[in-house]
Amino acid sequence: MADAKKKAPSVKVVNNRYKVKGSFHEATPNAPIINEKGKLCGVTNPRSMTYLHSYGKDAPFFEGIAKGILRGTRCDNPKCESKGSIYLPYRIFCPDCLKEMKIVDLTKVAKKTAKIHTFMITERTGAFNTLGIPIKFINIEIDGVVTILMSYVVAGEPEIGKRVVPVFRTKNPTYTITDLAWVLEGTPASKLPKGFTF
Amino acid sequence: MIKFSKEQLKIPKMMRPVYLVTAGESEFRRAFPEKRTEELCVDAMNMAAELIGMSPAEMKSYIHSCYYGHFADHFGDQLLGEALIHDRLGLDPLGNVGVKTGGATGGSTLWEAVKTVASGYSDCALAMGWERMDEVPTDEGNHLISCAADKDWETPLGHIYTGYYAVMAQKYWQVFGKSEPSFRRTMAEISVKNHGYACHNPFAQSPMKITVEDVLKSPIVANPLRALDACLMSVGAACCIVADEKTAYKMCKNPLLVYVAAGSHTLRAGDRRDMEIPLLPNEKASQYKDLEKRFPGAGRYPGFTGFLGARMCAYYAYRMAGVKDPNVDFDLVELHDAFTISDIQTYEDIGIRPYGEGRTYVESGDCYHTNPHTGKPGQLPANISGGLIGCMHAVGATGLMQVAEVALHLWNKHGKIHGDAKRWKSFGKTKPKDWKDLQVKGAKRGLAISHAGVGSHVTATILVHPDHQLKGGK
Repeated sequence: MADAKKKAPSVKVVNNRYKVKGSFHEATPNAPIINEKGKLCGVTNPRSMTYLHSYGKDAPFFEGIAKGILRGTRCDNPKCESKGSIYLPYRIFCPDCLKEMKIVDLTKVAKKTAKIHTFMITERTGAFNTLGIPIKFINIEIDGVVTILMSYVVAGEPEIGKRVVPVFRTKNPTYTITDLAWVLEGTPASKLPKGFTF
Repeated sequence: MIKFSKEQLKIPKMMRPVYLVTAGESEFRRAFPEKRTEELCVDAMNMAAELIGMSPAEMKSYIHSCYYGHFADHFGDQLLGEALIHDRLGLDPLGNVGVKTGGATGGSTLWEAVKTVASGYSDCALAMGWERMDEVPTDEGNHLISCAADKDWETPLGHIYTGYYAVMAQKYWQVFGKSEPSFRRTMAEISVKNHGYACHNPFAQSPMKITVEDVLKSPIVANPLRALDACLMSVGAACCIVADEKTAYKMCKNPLLVYVAAGSHTLRAGDRRDMEIPLLPNEKASQYKDLEKRFPGAGRYPGFTGFLGARMCAYYAYRMAGVKDPNVDFDLVELHDAFTISDIQTYEDIGIRPYGEGRTYVESGDCYHTNPHTGKPGQLPANISGGLIGCMHAVGATGLMQVAEVALHLWNKHGKIHGDAKRWKSFGKTKPKDWKDLQVKGAKRGLAISHAGVGSHVTATILVHPDHQLKGGK
């Protein structure tokens, strides 16, 4: 088949522009939709596409979790009434003064203080899901952080108030938010999913 | 801690009163394999014209600008769908614009139309909304809905919006519901009520005669939420036409004063910072001093248990219309019951009950058309249309359907429209033998809440019969 010969898509940045190589989309033939009386009532429009997405200044966060580092941001503007507030989810600009914030390493404090604010376990997923089922969603409180990060648990049963520690997909990372996950405190390394480390 | 400035808390001002002239709806279904979106929009327009005894052409001749609510371009696979519908409605060359605020799209569309009339730019404006959620398989639909979350920080986590939403439900369930089986049954009652009311609504997608036990036995979506706790996925259209006083009375005999206000909160629930509770006119700060003591875990506001966007749109809208107490000043409400539990959360955000006590609105029977405990009219009936659980959630149309349904009560036409056997037949349905007229007798004022996802956008629309304006209403 011609498909097998097609090169896997790759993207580089050259001269501040995307340079793409390989096949990014497939033209799949469409099909008619026929009603119960055998008459035409529509058509299918199949399509596969690949988006090229910039992380911008969020990139250090996604690079960090692939290396086992959990980064947040802190407003250090002395004139801001929210000075000292630490944000995770990471955000580039302070929501109050709009000054660019300082990147801070939260790995240690997360390991020591992270606990579950709320959680949800679901068997349902949407198309393109890559996480194992059931997904155990959690939202995490970390000492000194003013927001509540959403993530997921890969070992142990979540409960509100339970302590969790971060784990990172450091082997073959995807460079997406799925590279960061959590386990209940006390989980041994042997229980971590393939590719994840403390 | 978030703080608001005086300027930010200014009560919105309209330069002149705005009236709802008429409204219309299409039928709502999970799928319309043999109908185009424009056919549904024309159905809604035709009903709006019929309500005021005009031909569609005559009604259209008053419209000066148009607002189109259609949330998910990627569902319909059609960018500039608004331009397409605008053309098919024969409204060129009038100015028009698309509005997209997730589940609140319908309410936001009306917000825009009302403001354009209030400002004097137009004397009459159309707000039309629709959604086409049947053009992809359900799992791809779930992915497309999950794209309304933050695509870097949330969507890759399962591609399932329910997961991002249900963590909030879990927190409310444990903190305010105290994980009590009695609270779980109260949630189920809402589904029984709303599917039941849908039985008397020819437009509704999911009429069902069910029991609390049926809800409790339905498949788990994400504990404690079950399939029958959830809203529908729908296709359909709805519209409202608004005008200034002079134009409104030219077009019809009984226009209704309309006020719309909007609020918002972070797209990612995880970004929500602690703050003081903004108070509604029927609340005092002192009543929340011991909230954490009464409900351990409730100390953080709005945390994951409240929707600040809902609180803020009520904060503005109540003061615009002179509402002092929603329980007393409204005769009915249409709320955004995306899930049974979020319906309860909203009772608190909009001041029908204080924080922590939302369940009593259901348990007292106040939320019913007829209070099941007393057999008398419910104090403040909610979602007589069937709501999102029983009637529909065709996203861009939902907020407009709610307003249309409230208006029918204020016009005293609810029974006539819903009880018309021809209408049932035109939708391929038979009017039920036990059909009930659910008109709220003597309804003078009503409220509709239109809400997006985890609460990024929320609007409050208040309809007031002009003979029954409240003191302080602007």
